[in-house]
Amino acid sequence: MKQAGMTLIVKNTAKLVGGFIAVFGVYVALTGHLGPGGGFAGGVILAAAAVLIVLAFGREFASRVITERICHVSDSCGAMLFAAIALLGYLAGTFFVNFAPLGRLGHLASAGTIPISNLAILVKVGAGLAGAFLALSAFRPAKPNQEV
Amino acid sequence: MGVEILVLTLIVFTLIAALLAVEARDLLSSVISLGAAGFALSVIDLLVGAPDLAITQVVVEVIALVLLIRVVVTRRDTSTSAPRDALRTGAVLLACGVFLAAVLFAVGGFSKTGTMPPFGEPVLSGKAAVEPGVSADYLANAATDTAKGTGAANAVTAVLLDYRAYDTLGEATVIFVSIIGAYAILRRVGRTRGGELGKGPTGHA
Amino acid sequence: MGIAIYLLTFALLLIGVYAVVAKKNVIKIIVGVLIIDYAINMLLVLVGYRGSGAGRVTPPILAEGQSPAELAATAVDPLPQAMVLTSIVIGLGLTALMVALAIRLHEKYGTFDMDRIRKLRG
Repeated sequence: MKQAGMTLIVKNTAKLVGGFIAVFGVYVALTGHLGPGGGFAGGVILAAAAVLIVLAFGREFASRVITERICHVSDSCGAMLFAAIALLGYLAGTFFVNFAPLGRLGHLASAGTIPISNLAILVKVGAGLAGAFLALSAFRPAKPNQEV
Repeated sequence: MGVEILVLTLIVFTLIAALLAVEARDLLSSVISLGAAGFALSVIDLLVGAPDLAITQVVVEVIALVLLIRVVVTRRDTSTSAPRDALRTGAVLLACGVFLAAVLFAVGGFSKTGTMPPFGEPVLSGKAAVEPGVSADYLANAATDTAKGTGAANAVTAVLLDYRAYDTLGEATVIFVSIIGAYAILRRVGRTRGGELGKGPTGHA
Repeated sequence: MGIAIYLLTFALLLIGVYAVVAKKNVIKIIVGVLIIDYAINMLLVLVGYRGSGAGRVTPPILAEGQSPAELAATAVDPLPQAMVLTSIVIGLGLTALMVALAIRLHEKYGTFDMDRIRKLRG
């Protein structure tokens, strides 16, 4: 019963709202250097959008939209992007130096490599937690007459 | 003064929710009390001036609640009653804890140079001008354009991704390893999925 | 008032340790580990608090028309907040790992009770 998803009202609401939650998560992550938020807050909000889709539509349907392969690949890509930013710091001196131009305070394209790092953390945390939830929801809850 | 009283009230609420979570017989009630404790912690974060933490704590609390409820909701064998051993363990733990706290505060002192600074007056700068980069320096330099500045208006993001970026690399590694650990535990090698879970004793899937 | 706040946070930590040590149900042990995590995060955030007079609290984010020197004089400490932010997300990864272990245990032994699992093992 759990695998077939929820009622029609829940499914329609999830269709409307899921996209907004994902976009809000990306917004919170990308403007992390201007206001509260940052990569970690945006990443968990993106994972919460994925959790909503899995719960509302059931695992079989959702794993065709948010495949496990996309989650694994994005997770690794996010981690590698973060490590690449760290190694590129050698261009300007030592490991992990903020080498990009700093720009004007309060603008979106400012603060050097910080927005790029926020994007890498967003992809890594969001995809990793969504993939872990997808893997954990593959187990059906035990039927009541199966308990010892 | 008002903030301190509010924080104290919320901490007492968290303590009561945690006690309920630990002592409740029904597993579902225990998990939901844990959720209440997490939400109270998020409100404490907001009152103390940490908006990033409040956002992250609320969403993490919701996801953890969904995970735990999914595990517990149809496997509700209620936990057995606490034997007398558990109460004795609890009393010993409480005594040791109180003793430790008393020793710490008596020996170290509760002032700016003691063990713990008083509530509301954190120690922001290093002890001498020799140590670079502690919190007062981070706050004063994070938004500027100088050689020590980052150009970010949010000092917490600047600390996480510029001044202490190495720690963030370590944290990304820890999350990576824990998620791979979860995958490795849940992997079924050589068994078809649903082969034994799909059918109950009555035979319907 | 400050001592009371720190001692209550320490009491929350002790409740978590009691649940891990003295309880026989795997779910209760997971709840205990999560309570320890919350207590530590709470203590770190509360150490960095600084009130900026007249009951106001200034978060460490530069507002419009504020100078960085003014921020350094009145804002809350940003360093514990940065460390706790990563700690919260690591706590979620830890929850996922522990729940995976609990699911496997229940699949294999049919119960969450550690005493019966010890008897059934092997």
